[in-house]
Amino acid sequence: MSALPAEVAQLIDRLRAARATRAPLQIVGGGTKAFYGEAPRGEPLPMREVTGITSYEPSELVVTVRAGTPLAELESALAAKGQCLPFEPPRFAAGGTVGGMVASGLAGPSRAAVGALRDYVLGLTLLDGRGELLTFGGQVMKNVAGYDVSRLIAGSWGVLGVICEVSLKVLAAAADSATLEYEWDEPRALEAMARWRGQPVPLQASAWCERRLRIRLAGSRAAVLEARARLGGTAMDREAAFSYWESVRDQRHEFFAAAADEFGHGAALWRMSVPPGTQPFTLAGRQFIEWGGAQRWWWTAAPAATVRAAAASAGGHATLVRAADKCAGAFAPLSGELMRIHRALKTAFDPERILNPGRLYADL
Amino acid sequence: MNFPTNSRSQDPRDADSAELAARRAEVFAALAEVLPANAILASREQTQPYECDGLTAFRALPMIVVLPATEEQLAAILRTCHRLRVPVVARGAGTGLSGGALPHRWGVTVSLAKFNKILSVDPLSCTAVVQCGVRNLAISEAAAPFGLYYAPDPSSQIACTIGGNVAENSGGVHCLKYGLTLHNVLRVRGLTAAGEPVEFGSEALDVPGLDLLAIVIGSEGMLAVTTEVTVKLVPKPELARCMLASFATVETAGAAVANVIAQGIIPAGLELMDRRMTEVAENFVHAGYDLSAAAILLCESDGAPAEVEEEIAAMRRVLTESGATRIEVSRDEAQRLKFWSGRKNAFPASGGISPDYMCMDSTIPRRKLAEMLLAIEVMEAKYGLRCVNVFHAGDGNLHPLILFDANDPDQFRRCELFGAEILEASLKVGGTVTGEHGVGVEKLNSMCVQFSPAERDRFLAVKRAFDAAELLNPGKVIPTLQRCAEYGKMHVHRGMMPFPDLPRF
Repeated sequence: MSALPAEVAQLIDRLRAARATRAPLQIVGGGTKAFYGEAPRGEPLPMREVTGITSYEPSELVVTVRAGTPLAELESALAAKGQCLPFEPPRFAAGGTVGGMVASGLAGPSRAAVGALRDYVLGLTLLDGRGELLTFGGQVMKNVAGYDVSRLIAGSWGVLGVICEVSLKVLAAAADSATLEYEWDEPRALEAMARWRGQPVPLQASAWCERRLRIRLAGSRAAVLEARARLGGTAMDREAAFSYWESVRDQRHEFFAAAADEFGHGAALWRMSVPPGTQPFTLAGRQFIEWGGAQRWWWTAAPAATVRAAAASAGGHATLVRAADKCAGAFAPLSGELMRIHRALKTAFDPERILNPGRLYADL
Repeated sequence: MNFPTNSRSQDPRDADSAELAARRAEVFAALAEVLPANAILASREQTQPYECDGLTAFRALPMIVVLPATEEQLAAILRTCHRLRVPVVARGAGTGLSGGALPHRWGVTVSLAKFNKILSVDPLSCTAVVQCGVRNLAISEAAAPFGLYYAPDPSSQIACTIGGNVAENSGGVHCLKYGLTLHNVLRVRGLTAAGEPVEFGSEALDVPGLDLLAIVIGSEGMLAVTTEVTVKLVPKPELARCMLASFATVETAGAAVANVIAQGIIPAGLELMDRRMTEVAENFVHAGYDLSAAAILLCESDGAPAEVEEEIAAMRRVLTESGATRIEVSRDEAQRLKFWSGRKNAFPASGGISPDYMCMDSTIPRRKLAEMLLAIEVMEAKYGLRCVNVFHAGDGNLHPLILFDANDPDQFRRCELFGAEILEASLKVGGTVTGEHGVGVEKLNSMCVQFSPAERDRFLAVKRAFDAAELLNPGKVIPTLQRCAEYGKMHVHRGMMPFPDLPRF
């Protein structure tokens, strides 16, 4: 193990001092996801000094990168070698960091086809709330030594520790892709996506909004060509398709960029995560469907209890993403036993509740 | 804890101590209140079949074995054991290779054999809901009429259960492209050590809060007892073809593996066997392997026919440029299965040429494969034991099989040292001590080397977050401080002084 970098040593000092005075810290990367989840609170703990790609072995399909590194920097380093982060993490705005990407655990249009961010986490170094630097996982594809703590940290919104460095599996960018469009209503679009799910077609992303379904095929030239012939639809211009999917990924698409008031007084943006085959919801408002039906965004003024009950009865959950008022809780409440385990894990890693307190749930 | 620890030094054939007999009677009486009589086994004749799993070098007689038929019965067992502070070891088919299901001498082994129903297969959502005791292969068989299958295929798939796969985060020869158990399980239903029902994950693609599913998978039965699993099914590829490539040296074969991946190709399977393994497998199943090669690669492509053709051509080019001396591509499905039969039977075939073998399971960066193979050759001479090598080369997961005779205590001792040296060499090149078989009891010492005391302490804290009384599968995965201190006297941690941060007493 090499000597501790000065900027990590400083983080440790900051954390130990905060612990001594029980002063909460909010971990800050690029601040591009501050709107997501519960409001951050506490003194900022900036990560911008902990930066740089530590190692990148294209032939190993592994990159190790420090948390404060701008996501854009990582993505351009990968692109230079024809590789990518297959889960297409949303960027929302410029300046987001790798640490923020891992802590939020969010993924973009390709999620249903390629897996979640956590599926690409191979290992990480964490500074936990006890002020200790811990390494879990590693830089290899298969690793079952000890519990898979690094994947627990993915999507944990910083409540268990400060991610200092992470190793990610990367893949070669698809050799070819094509986007097809269909003028279909919601039931017909959902039915088609369910049918295609069970077929060996390289369907990598789907999005439905306003009677229009778009799907992206990606893979080898031969596979894309064959699927295009089989699936019909109207092919979209390559550049237009690229910017369309980027706008969905980063939520710059006009659906997401709309003003809340368009959908009624007190309307909010909800993310409903449900089994993909769930029948259409009948909420008042406007909807954008992704992930073959598994992710359904709603601008609606419907009460939180109504939206959450609809998602829960389908076997899923609803997140309150953009709202003037999140007193209903950003994330769906957990069952008693799961919440007990959450509290015990928080105590294990951050007994004084110094790190991002309340960012995920009020009492974590 | 109020029970003595499990220890290898205890011979399971020792007569019961009066203390153990009294404890057994007490626990038996409590379990008899919640279970039918035929679901409780307590005599030696009845419990002996459970004394080990696939790692036969480690054995212990369980105090009692129970066979619940319903989740209610299982919950009652767990509540009873929790109240009496009895360790509980869940068991599927017992095919694990690291002793994860090794019984606890003062504990109850719970056989989940009766949880063997496939509850549903849904071709629209591409999922199946199955009980924990369903065999891995049975899921794919049930999904086959819909053109779907369950992708992870450990070599033991005809016998191993999905509950065991969840416990171990099992892989298989196709996980390079299709992922491990972790990537193919959506939801796990189970019971906590206290008998509380709990669900991790869901049939949606994510859940609110922490991703507990990610930590339950691969937790070796220490966080919860799995009863039911929702798995992801994937469309069966239209075509699969397997390529056999021969190499004159293991170095060129190892380099060829790295070259294939570097080209952006993710084969459906990419396996390496050294000459000795090839001979052993060939004699066992007559797969048609090239016995003149120092190493062979099995390289599979699947997908639409045109896609397979394109990929096979690309792989052929890379392998040829990497120095392949002979390449053969399967003509049809029968030949493809024949090519794989040798690889899939590597372990039983090795059992045929040696009284015993110990299978190691470390993972290393692919570019270190050749270096590691040469290092293992040097260790063979050092320990005076033979080793045959079969790897999931595509993801750098090694399976050296060290051949020995367990009846010779010195051979067993040398075999353990040989294995430990392979694991430490793997760590030195940036790898891990176990890629897919788990830590169990077998790799406890190596955990002392791979993880710092603070990291091991957090593992224990995670365990306690789920199971405060530490009753589920105690003694597995996380070594005690004392054990590491003893092991550390002989070994050096991460190139530094042995355990500089461990308090001395």
